[in-house]
Amino acid sequence: MAILKTEGLTYTYSAGTPFEKTAVDNVNLSIEKNTMVGVIGHTGSGKSTLIQHFNGLLQPTSGRVLLNGRDIWEDKEKIREVRFQVGLVFQYPEYQLFEETVYQDIAFGCKNMGLGEDETKKRILETADMLGMERALLNRSPFALSGGQKRRVAIAGVMVMHPEVLILDEPCAGLDPKGRNLMLHQIRDYQKKTQSTVLLVSHSMEDVAEFTQKLLVMNHAKLFCYDDTPKVFHRAEELQEMGLKVPQITYVMGELRKKGYNIPEDIYTVSQAKEVLLKLMGKGAE
Amino acid sequence: MLKDITLGQYFPVDSVLHKLDPRFKIIFTMMFIVMLFAGNSMWTLAIGGIFVLMAQLLSKIPLKMSWKSIKPILPVLVFTAILNLFLIDSGEELWSWKFIKISEGGITTSIFMIIRIVLLIVGSSLLTYTTSPILLTDAIESLMSPLKKVKFPVHEMAMMMSIALRFIPTLLEETDKIMSAQKARGAMLDSGKMMDRAKALIPILIPLFVSAFRRAEELATAMECRCYRGGEGRTRLRQLKSEKRDYIGLVICLLFLTASIAVNLLQTGG
Repeated sequence: MAILKTEGLTYTYSAGTPFEKTAVDNVNLSIEKNTMVGVIGHTGSGKSTLIQHFNGLLQPTSGRVLLNGRDIWEDKEKIREVRFQVGLVFQYPEYQLFEETVYQDIAFGCKNMGLGEDETKKRILETADMLGMERALLNRSPFALSGGQKRRVAIAGVMVMHPEVLILDEPCAGLDPKGRNLMLHQIRDYQKKTQSTVLLVSHSMEDVAEFTQKLLVMNHAKLFCYDDTPKVFHRAEELQEMGLKVPQITYVMGELRKKGYNIPEDIYTVSQAKEVLLKLMGKGAE
Repeated sequence: MLKDITLGQYFPVDSVLHKLDPRFKIIFTMMFIVMLFAGNSMWTLAIGGIFVLMAQLLSKIPLKMSWKSIKPILPVLVFTAILNLFLIDSGEELWSWKFIKISEGGITTSIFMIIRIVLLIVGSSLLTYTTSPILLTDAIESLMSPLKKVKFPVHEMAMMMSIALRFIPTLLEETDKIMSAQKARGAMLDSGKMMDRAKALIPILIPLFVSAFRRAEELATAMECRCYRGGEGRTRLRQLKSEKRDYIGLVICLLFLTASIAVNLLQTGG
């Protein structure tokens, strides 16, 4: 069942001035419950503008955004509730921390929701565990933490609201390889545990290949496609034309296939490749 | 939303006024202000009005922009007009009710003040419309350079001004981003009582200050990396040069100034 739907969603910046620019052009989408969706597209393709419509930070110039079948702009007074249901974590979210302690900062969203002390505490501890944060960290100042830890605190601040849809805009930007990997695994674990929908904006084809089931591809303000991840990567040539790529391992496997090895076309992750290669080598040894 | 605020209000079109030496433009503006405030009759205002109109036409700045600069001071205009209207008691009394009186002198003075303020705003905003902030600070530095003799840190002041101007758009963008991020966590920014609204500013101001300090530190490091060490022996990319048109402008301004002073003297003399 679809949780998030858009109908003819269009957004124009500075309408009626010489700087007019359509950032999102007639996007029709239907995103299912309990999925991990990757959002890809070249810089300036409208990804960021699109995701800000999902939680009502931007109001469409025309078209509608439906959450659980209801237009989110039906009642302007209730737009805040939409923001609790659709959590959005911006790029470099560590710059939005402001409280004295990590605990209080994570609690900001809960406080705005009007949750009680006990419920807030329960949720914070649960989220902290999920993101591998030590209890001692919760009493420290967020400004004294390392970059990666700050990022986790900021993400926790949105996760703690238990949104039905969680949108993360490049949560791994600027993290080291180990930090990236950990972050992505934690996001996947969160998705599995909460059975929610997670949208992951990313520039890394390897990451989306490994961690998402569906891909949403934006190109020049238009929706290029929304489909299963392997099916999208199958259209490698079209992706390359719009400045995107397929995962590196797919290129390696393609070269091997050209050399005459018996390798299937749809290899998009390193673990898939490993299996295929091991099988191949096993055969070769016989 | 926040991006719509014009602070550095430079309006780039190609006109004579844009090409003038910014130092001269600052001097012209000062002369114009003297012209307006030295005058005490409608005649001097008329001369000032012609001056502004001429400059406006030369600048190719749409009249809409001038209206934009007057709009924010409308309350001040209304306030001064009302104050003058009721407080000045000279000439024939036209209307009175208990202790409130309106006299002929009050009416003329309030009209006079309104015209004077409008002309002042429209005229001086032409300076900022036609001169980019960077040129403006360069010109201020150049004009104030004699003060270096008395150990006044002219260069440092100008550098501070240009850095401040440079970072206004950056900080606005940053504010926009932080506001969106806190709204995404359910912060209420545009509703609630006064106290609630003031409290709602904390989640925005603290990250903003933190990032301003961070930027300041980064900028200081970057300047140091480029061996910045103050104004001593520093050369510039854009040299301010005065040309024939600047002197023509100066002559025109002087003519206007003399005309208005002459009108003034004639009136007080006669």
